[in-house]
Amino acid sequence: MSVAVRVREGREREDHVRITGAALLASFIIFVWGGAAVALDVRSAVLRVDYPSLLPVSRFDLRPDDIGFAGAALADADNGTTGTFLGHNYETVTRAVPPEEADAALEDLLADGIRLIVVQAEAEDVLRLADRAAEDGALVFNAATPDTALRDTECRANLLHVAPSDQMMADAVAQFAVWKQWEDWLLVEGSNPADVALGAAYRRAAEKFGARIVEARTFEDAGGSRRTDSGHVLVQRQLPTFMQEARDHDLVIAADATDYFAGYLPYHLWTPRPVMGSGGLRPVTMHGAHEAWGATQFQTRFGKLSGRYVRQEDYNVWLALRVVGEAVTRTETAEPDTIRDYALSDAFALAAFKGQPVTFRGWNGQMRQPILLFDGRITVSVSPQEGFLHQRSPLDTMGLDQPESQCTAFN
Amino acid sequence: MKTLLLSTALVALSLSPALAGKAFISNERGNTITVVDTDTWEVLTEFAGGNRPRGITVSPDGKKLYVCASDDNLVRVFDTETYEELPSLPSGPDPELFILDESGKRLFIANEDDNLVTVTDTETRQIIAEVPVGVEPEGMGISPDNKFVVNTSETTNMAHFISTEDYEIKYNVLVDQRPRFAQYTADGTRLYVSAEIGGTVTVMDIAEDGEPTVIEKITFEVPNVRPEWLQPVGVRVTEDGSRVFVALGPANRVAVIDGESLEVLDYILTGQRVWQLAFTPDEKYLISTNGNSNDITVIDVEAEEAIRTVEVGQAPWGVATIAD
Repeated sequence: MSVAVRVREGREREDHVRITGAALLASFIIFVWGGAAVALDVRSAVLRVDYPSLLPVSRFDLRPDDIGFAGAALADADNGTTGTFLGHNYETVTRAVPPEEADAALEDLLADGIRLIVVQAEAEDVLRLADRAAEDGALVFNAATPDTALRDTECRANLLHVAPSDQMMADAVAQFAVWKQWEDWLLVEGSNPADVALGAAYRRAAEKFGARIVEARTFEDAGGSRRTDSGHVLVQRQLPTFMQEARDHDLVIAADATDYFAGYLPYHLWTPRPVMGSGGLRPVTMHGAHEAWGATQFQTRFGKLSGRYVRQEDYNVWLALRVVGEAVTRTETAEPDTIRDYALSDAFALAAFKGQPVTFRGWNGQMRQPILLFDGRITVSVSPQEGFLHQRSPLDTMGLDQPESQCTAFN
Repeated sequence: MKTLLLSTALVALSLSPALAGKAFISNERGNTITVVDTDTWEVLTEFAGGNRPRGITVSPDGKKLYVCASDDNLVRVFDTETYEELPSLPSGPDPELFILDESGKRLFIANEDDNLVTVTDTETRQIIAEVPVGVEPEGMGISPDNKFVVNTSETTNMAHFISTEDYEIKYNVLVDQRPRFAQYTADGTRLYVSAEIGGTVTVMDIAEDGEPTVIEKITFEVPNVRPEWLQPVGVRVTEDGSRVFVALGPANRVAVIDGESLEVLDYILTGQRVWQLAFTPDEKYLISTNGNSNDITVIDVEAEEAIRTVEVGQAPWGVATIAD
């Protein structure tokens, strides 16, 4: 009952330049197959660094053992199905290591001949690993760290960012707040370096989109993240006190990258106001209830494969490997340089269940993508918001734009 | 199939002139089928259509309505006269869109979740074949000579040409991102494939043996509409091939394309998020399903104008018509 698939190396190239519907078509290449296969093995790796961490505020956010890796499995299945018709085989190995073993794990992968590597790690480690990978001509995809510097002064030519930066996420929230005309913000920042960096992104976002931070407060991380037993009694008494006597504001913005207080903010404020940022309405690349733009199928496939709901980490890894798949399909090579150049070119476009193709910024290797605003149950909105315009793409209203980015590695 | 339908219609007309032509609309979120009178444009009734009804079509004799009940993992069958439910057909998991062969004997079904095209015998109600295709199969077109079924896979981005004789794929054509619909011209010399996220319609010339050659890509542009909202989905071509209508999703428009020059001539405003299209059997009207405004738009084909809007069920997805 199953059907043999015939694939032939031959391709027919068609170049047309023609004006249709007032839009100019430059040139395009079409492949038609009907014969024997040309085998191409596409080997990638996902390297995940597992840092010691406290339990999340919500049990719903417990990290599954296969976080990120489940996205790789789905990407292999998706790419592999397409590859069947082209003679392309996809194999992705996954490694989860503690920070001190990250370098050795990378050495192993490189020694194994793998040159396409998706990394889930913190900024400092990503940079070190990417630099080592560059020596062997490997292409690295950042699927986790939101550190804006990596898209700026610390960018690397062999490092493409699938994960959005803090700035993209903050801009996504800011646009929605401004669209709502909730322009006076009370910023509550955590005290850890990652929280401060995220807070800085919200400050820049406010300035960029004409919102005002009427007051900023720091919620000190005094240790102990998760309130169990009767913890809610304390939270209910302490948080309103912390939030009282603030200047008039429309909105509370939480910058809590380490997840220790923002989850408690909604309903425990002094003044009744919506919360956005790290608590309340959160910017995410994907969540398990997103259904628009065909995402239902993505959710079904992911659920069937992993037995759980998709997390951002899974989606980011899936997307990185789909970039590889799309580039291999169109260029018929698994060479890292060709994949990188194609991904950065104008010809590249990838459907990612976001209603428009995702592409890369040629000046710093950051993927452009819409950001979902998630309340914990549904997609409330999607940024960029209507009315925020850009000469290139509305997606470039979020994150570092070309004139702002000090990245020179892509010049 | 159109000619067949039409001749059946003429016979029916002479026998019972009181009967009206009908459009059947599948309401994906409402789990119902809305029946609309295509003469008066009144809603005649709405009946339960199974869970998540999407693809919808009628048998060549106009008597049976087939509905992909995606979440029931089967094809539901209804009497187009009484709306009574008839025995269902096995479809494989998550059927989304399908196409009947000319005789109405074989139904070719895209199984969106399982990367398969399932072929079901509508008489014996048995699955005849399963054809592995790309990721997220959706669009289903059949060549007028019934020799090829073309399936589009939304994540693999290919049009797969499946032989209806041995159920093997003979050609794979890479198209733009998220191909959703495949439509042959009535003379079989051309095929149109829409790509929702790519924003294009790929045009292929079809040789006598069925081999495709890409000759063109149609793109769209509407002033004051963001380019990323121009998402081509449903495609229908007039019998003479002179006009191609393309539903543009969230752009809320149906594009009118000259079938010869392949130039976009006009954009007709419709309801919100227009996906699928169907002509009435006499080709006088084109009906669009508007998923976000819960209505259909009726377009006068000759005038190339929208003439009315009819409210239907929740999230209308597909549409099929029969003559009176």
